[in-house]
Amino acid sequence: MSNKYFKYIIFLLLLFPTTMYGKDHAEEKKENKFDIKGMIMHHISDMHSFPLFSFEKEGKDVHIDLPLPIILISNGQFFFFLSSEFHHGESIVTKGTNSFVLHHEKIYETDINGTLELDEKGHPHNKRPIDLSITRNVFSLWLSAILLLVIFFNVAKKYNNPLKKPSGIQSLLEPIILFVRDDIAIQQIGKHKADKYIPFLLTLFFFIWINNLLGIIPFFPGGSNLTGNISVTFVLAIITFIITNFSGNRSYWRHILAPPGIPVFVYIILVPIEIIGLFTKPFALMVRLFANITAGHIIMLSMASLIFIFSSLAVSLPVSFLLQFIMSILELLVGFLQAFIFTLLSALFIGMAVHEETH
Amino acid sequence: MEQVAIGLGLILIGVGLGIGLIGKSAMDAIGRQPEASSKIQTAMIIAAALIEGAGLLAIIFAWLGR
Amino acid sequence: MDLITPELGLVLWTSLTFLVLIYLLGKYAWKPIMHSLKVREETIEYSLREAENARQELVTLEKTKKKYMDEAKSERDALIKEAKEIKAKIIEEARTEARIEADKIVKSAQEQITAEKASVIEDLKKQVAILSVDIASHILENELEKSGKQQELINKYLKEVNFN
Repeated sequence: MSNKYFKYIIFLLLLFPTTMYGKDHAEEKKENKFDIKGMIMHHISDMHSFPLFSFEKEGKDVHIDLPLPIILISNGQFFFFLSSEFHHGESIVTKGTNSFVLHHEKIYETDINGTLELDEKGHPHNKRPIDLSITRNVFSLWLSAILLLVIFFNVAKKYNNPLKKPSGIQSLLEPIILFVRDDIAIQQIGKHKADKYIPFLLTLFFFIWINNLLGIIPFFPGGSNLTGNISVTFVLAIITFIITNFSGNRSYWRHILAPPGIPVFVYIILVPIEIIGLFTKPFALMVRLFANITAGHIIMLSMASLIFIFSSLAVSLPVSFLLQFIMSILELLVGFLQAFIFTLLSALFIGMAVHEETH
Repeated sequence: MEQVAIGLGLILIGVGLGIGLIGKSAMDAIGRQPEASSKIQTAMIIAAALIEGAGLLAIIFAWLGR
Repeated sequence: MDLITPELGLVLWTSLTFLVLIYLLGKYAWKPIMHSLKVREETIEYSLREAENARQELVTLEKTKKKYMDEAKSERDALIKEAKEIKAKIIEEARTEARIEADKIVKSAQEQITAEKASVIEDLKKQVAILSVDIASHILENELEKSGKQQELINKYLKEVNFN
């Protein structure tokens, strides 16, 4: 029974992108110069508020946003206020002696009149405060964290009796947990050393996966490009890098700094390459996840934009819907695959670091 | 802009060929030894991921050098 | 360029959230789950081994049973065979004995009969002799003089007569 409803929900989710993205920018269609690139860039980057929907009222566009808290540090002073005070970048927020403006989703310090010193490319070079705001991505991050905690605490509770038959969401997640444990951790790291890294790998896998899935949902709580944000993938890659190098054993470092069985003069070439390799591996991890998920979002948004490119709605709507439908299914696969690859490669790097020489 | 487009095309050719060859060899290997398919798949994904990493790096550099 | 520049705020929040997530999930989710999975796997492995052992034991039991059965069967067969032999022997012996006894009885009976017959014949001979002498003496008394010469002649003839 629940399975039937689940199918309908999935179908509805897949149906949504067209209407949602369509509505979002319906106002720009009238002017016949729809800025697709700007719209896409806007949607895949971080924002200081969570856009819910927009509509037209008395000839004016009304954007309904969920205001999110802004936290700024400037000159050792903390500033807290809601993003609604910016009025989508139209207002200057003055707190005591400091004034802030929101320009292209970035906060700059200005004088009381809000003047921005723009360079020739249009980038302001005003001073930027340290921005610790709860942005749309931080909101999604916490949402996913809460989801993960709720899901896995509930699953863990079901394991109180280890011999009970798996039930409910436990039976969905157990094969995946076993897959991460057996096919990723144990296979790459080895049976005896894997235990220490399994919690990290499982958290990593489910964190990336759930955020990829939330990113596919095109409306309110989802839709953020979190795993397609370089800051997030940067943190994940850095954590893998730290864990890998802190668990590196003697033979790992010897293979990097003094590879055995190689004449000494080759070291001049080989050792720098190995040292660069230390950094390129997590760098590739970071870029891979970022690029794949961002590319997915860009493709989905581009297909939604077909509505504005074609002049006839009767043609563009089915075409756009069909393409988005197919892409959504592909993105479901990519979401899992990228979580798997990130975890697999992390496990591989850790496995290389802790591998004992057999000879 | 045109140079970047051409570069991206070239990257796509290279990465596509590389990953295609990996996929081909993996399929052959699985066809020959179906019982080793899980190991082959893992190795295939790792190799593909490494090539893809190189491709992504190239894309980033192409984009930076715009 | 904005797209590939990490933002300090998001980096901080992500690190914080992810580390807290690793800690909380590690302590309250992965640890009990991994432990339970291990317990379950070990239980299954143990049960399988036990089942295999039980199966083996059953096979051994079956074999022992068969062996005992075979032994019992062969013993029974041997016993029956022996009993049959004994039976045949006893019958044979009894038969032989009976025959001997019968032979003996027949023989003694024959001997007795022979003896009886001989004595009867002897008696008859004597009676006949006496009768003959009587008859002859009566005849001769009338016709001849009584003399020892006739008596002697009669005896001589009587002896020559065979009654067999």
